[in-house]
Amino acid sequence: MTATETPAASLAHYDFHRRPEDFVHWQLDVDGPIATLRMNVQEDRGLHDHYRLKLNSYDLGVDIELAAAYQHLRFEHPEVRCVVLTGNLDRVFCAGANIVMLRTSPHAFKVNFCKYTNETRLYIEDASDHSGLKTLAALNGTASGGGYELALAADRILLVDDRNSAVSLPELPLLGVLPGTGGLTRVVDKRMVRRDLADVFCTIAEGIKGKRAAKWDLVDGVAPLSKWDDAVSEAAKELVAASETPTGAEGVRLEPVAPRFDEEGIHYDLVDVAIDGAARTAAITLQLPDDVGPKSAADARAQGSGWWFFKLFRELDDALLHLRLEYLDIGTITLRVVGDPAVVTAVDALLADAADDWFVREVRLFVKRVLKRVDLTARSVFAIADEGTAFAGTFLELALAADRIYLLNDPDQPVSMGVTAMNGGPFPMSNGLTRLQTRFLGDPSRVDEILGEAGVLDAERADELGLATVAPDGIDWEDDIRIALEERASFSPDALTGLEANLRFAGPETLETKIFGRLSAWQNWIFQRPNAVGKRGALQCYGTPNRPELDFTRT
Amino acid sequence: MTAIDYESKIPNNVDLSSDRRLQRALEHWLPQYIDWWKEMGPTDFNNNDVYLRTAVSVDSDGWAQFGYVKMPEYRWGIFLADREKDRKIGFGDHLGEDAWQQVPGEYRNWLRRIIVTQADTEPASVEQQRMLAHTAPSLYDMRNLFQVNVEEGRHLWAMVYLLQTYFGKDGREEAEELLERRSGNPDHPRILGTFNEPITSWLDFFCFTMFTDRDGKFQLLSLAESGFDPLARTCRFMLTEEAHHMFVGQTGVGRIIERATQIMNEHPKDDPRKHGVIDLPTIQKYINFWSSSSNDLYGGEVSSNSANFFGSSLKGRAWEQKNYTEHTGLDQMKEVTVWQDGKLVTEQVPLRNAMNEVLREDYIEDNQKGVNYWNKILDKAGIEDFRFRLPHRRFNRNIGSFAGLHFDIDGNPMSASEWEARKDEWLPSEADKAYVHSLMQKCVEPGKFANWIAPPPKGINDQPIDFEYVRL
Ligand SMILES: [Fe+2]
Ligand SMILES: [Fe+2]
Repeated sequence: MTATETPAASLAHYDFHRRPEDFVHWQLDVDGPIATLRMNVQEDRGLHDHYRLKLNSYDLGVDIELAAAYQHLRFEHPEVRCVVLTGNLDRVFCAGANIVMLRTSPHAFKVNFCKYTNETRLYIEDASDHSGLKTLAALNGTASGGGYELALAADRILLVDDRNSAVSLPELPLLGVLPGTGGLTRVVDKRMVRRDLADVFCTIAEGIKGKRAAKWDLVDGVAPLSKWDDAVSEAAKELVAASETPTGAEGVRLEPVAPRFDEEGIHYDLVDVAIDGAARTAAITLQLPDDVGPKSAADARAQGSGWWFFKLFRELDDALLHLRLEYLDIGTITLRVVGDPAVVTAVDALLADAADDWFVREVRLFVKRVLKRVDLTARSVFAIADEGTAFAGTFLELALAADRIYLLNDPDQPVSMGVTAMNGGPFPMSNGLTRLQTRFLGDPSRVDEILGEAGVLDAERADELGLATVAPDGIDWEDDIRIALEERASFSPDALTGLEANLRFAGPETLETKIFGRLSAWQNWIFQRPNAVGKRGALQCYGTPNRPELDFTRT
Repeated sequence: MTAIDYESKIPNNVDLSSDRRLQRALEHWLPQYIDWWKEMGPTDFNNNDVYLRTAVSVDSDGWAQFGYVKMPEYRWGIFLADREKDRKIGFGDHLGEDAWQQVPGEYRNWLRRIIVTQADTEPASVEQQRMLAHTAPSLYDMRNLFQVNVEEGRHLWAMVYLLQTYFGKDGREEAEELLERRSGNPDHPRILGTFNEPITSWLDFFCFTMFTDRDGKFQLLSLAESGFDPLARTCRFMLTEEAHHMFVGQTGVGRIIERATQIMNEHPKDDPRKHGVIDLPTIQKYINFWSSSSNDLYGGEVSSNSANFFGSSLKGRAWEQKNYTEHTGLDQMKEVTVWQDGKLVTEQVPLRNAMNEVLREDYIEDNQKGVNYWNKILDKAGIEDFRFRLPHRRFNRNIGSFAGLHFDIDGNPMSASEWEARKDEWLPSEADKAYVHSLMQKCVEPGKFANWIAPPPKGINDQPIDFEYVRL
């Protein structure tokens, strides 16, 4: 079945904006500077009914709520300094991603599921690094697989010592795959566990308990059951004390983003996604307002999630998630930002001037996350800078995130681009560099030159500065774009994903690039191999009466 | 430290005197074990002579030698049933291969887990029962309690032998942790729930040895089939001892019933409690509690672990060779009822994934025989309006599909509030427990029995009933 034959109404749409009062799988309690987030997965309320979420195992729906919980705290409870992440079950913290869900899901979903959960873990770490919102993983029972990987995203891990509870990464011995949520990378890169001990750890399905887990640095501390509550609250207080961010700010309510779906695509107030099923293309248009609106942090905060700038990026984020998870055969995304570049320079000035305001800071961090989401979306992305568009400042980042920038260079149809302080650092990529630095890795002086051109640029100058991939004139424009899109759509989608992931992240490796790089290279490769998903592959056999039969050839 | 004289101190058939590695491991572990026994065993009776059975070899005249011994000096031995020549693996994916004399690397962790889980139950029950002797209804019963205790100690030894001999450093560490966990301790409890339940009265004790030791029997039966030969042989020998524990439980409850019926017949109009015996409905409640708690020990109804353990030829079914002709367990389904989306659903589950349920069914069938035995006592006494029964397997479960839900004694679902309102009909209430405890008074004159329990028909090892089974 092709996309054109798929009636839009038959698509299942996920809801990425659940509020804590509607959470199914988590309980969030805020008490002054400490919030407690309890995992309480409802077995029979997974997103699909071909699996049951036993033992606090999770699916996408559980993770969507987890991400929503952190977003909620960052915006609605800026007074919270520490999240205690714990579980509601006896003797089990979390059993990781649900195996039956993974086994029975199509490959594309599996990959996007892993990507989403990885983004959530990185979001937890970002909150610690930049918002002073620390996380204490209070493992009240065994944390296995993704359960331990979730704990690894925390600033500190406390494990109950009941001579029984363990941390483990059993993926290799039990399932013949790898931990897919950054587990291996975080064990050696973040916690700096010795590689040989990590090797032993990752081959023991039942994991490592209590004191040895602490000795091997797999956890930061252990506490017996009788002292558990005290140990948790003490550790949480320590994290609160170590977090310097000022307290006393009042939160801003996040209204849910409300996408409207129809045959044409996905529609929001400021963002529109036009789906062309036959061409396997989605055209995303971002509409800037006529007026910049709030001129101070206080005004912006007063508008809260209604502030157009924030709203626009929340809508874009939502659109990307729907495209990734629901429109699997849409291979190419085109991006246009429509409006007056002066509005962008004005909003960017506010972002720069009010960087100390907690709300503006959170919005900036949120935009950083959405921009990374574009970088990490496994679809070809083309920025289309034609008449009426305004790829300037923060929105220039969207063009720089694209695989190609098509710039209309025609005096009769003037196009504006522009540079602001927002291009000089606030929105780094996963590799730790700005998009300009990554683009001009071989010529760093070019970055300074471009940043020196602060203000609005015409097409000619933008092209000279290296901001366009191709800059056709009005006569060639339409044909060039059409051919580029048709050609793109004809290539192997797998090879394109690999190509783009290779080319997008030049420069240094970071924890993030390693996590995503290894996810797409190793984990996805192993997920496809007969030893995992063949008829007698380990993942396929897990939980069934059959024992795996492995092909022992090493590559 | 003086070297241990292994052959005389530790009866064994594993050639301990020439096994340097095992000697070294035991040298380290033995003092810790004795310390554990002195601290967590029936502490106050360490200096009394008890008429106990000791196994000094596996042959028919050696496995049951009787004599007086102080419990800390009991000769806990290490015995494996005789090795079967050219034994082949009898089930699972390794069906027909030579039985393993060494631990196969790929199953090492699973096997260790299985052994540790079984081993943990052995010292646990000693801990659970450590204060009971103070309220023993007779010397005969006190001696039986101690016999069960020392044999559970020996079962721990048997499992520790496997850990120390076949699992290297990990095995030695696990062996030590077996002495560190404590029944009912909030910080380091025993692994399985039932083994953390307090055993505070002799009715609890008899129900425990009837129902929970019977779980031990079925676990041992399934492990006696194991492809790992040393485990299979160890379990086969343990089964001979387990039979006595269940005898203690079944006849113990039976004697309480017998005494109750005597009073009922003598005073048909009275509440039996008025005459200091335990009324039949209260006995039924204790049966309900311990049998349902023991049902949990088999694990979830549908289980990946059970499929793994069977598939990898580590844990078979009870009487796998005797009762089944097909031993792969593949391409067969089993009907299993579980709770799904708010209702009972009967589904077809691949047999290997339902092995927990298979074992639980055999167990329940075996329990029923014990219940029938008790009902015969009622028959004999001419009591017609009461019969003992087993609760439905869904009743009072904490593990598996029915955990956290509420079912009545017949397995009908009910709400939490209904359960709260009615649970005292089925489980011992605080008042029931207080009454039973009020009866627990020491009665230790040779040949005398507490009022609430009938004497047994005969003594131990052909000794008279008024024999001095424990010298106090
Ligand atoms: Fe035992
Ligand atoms: Fe026993």
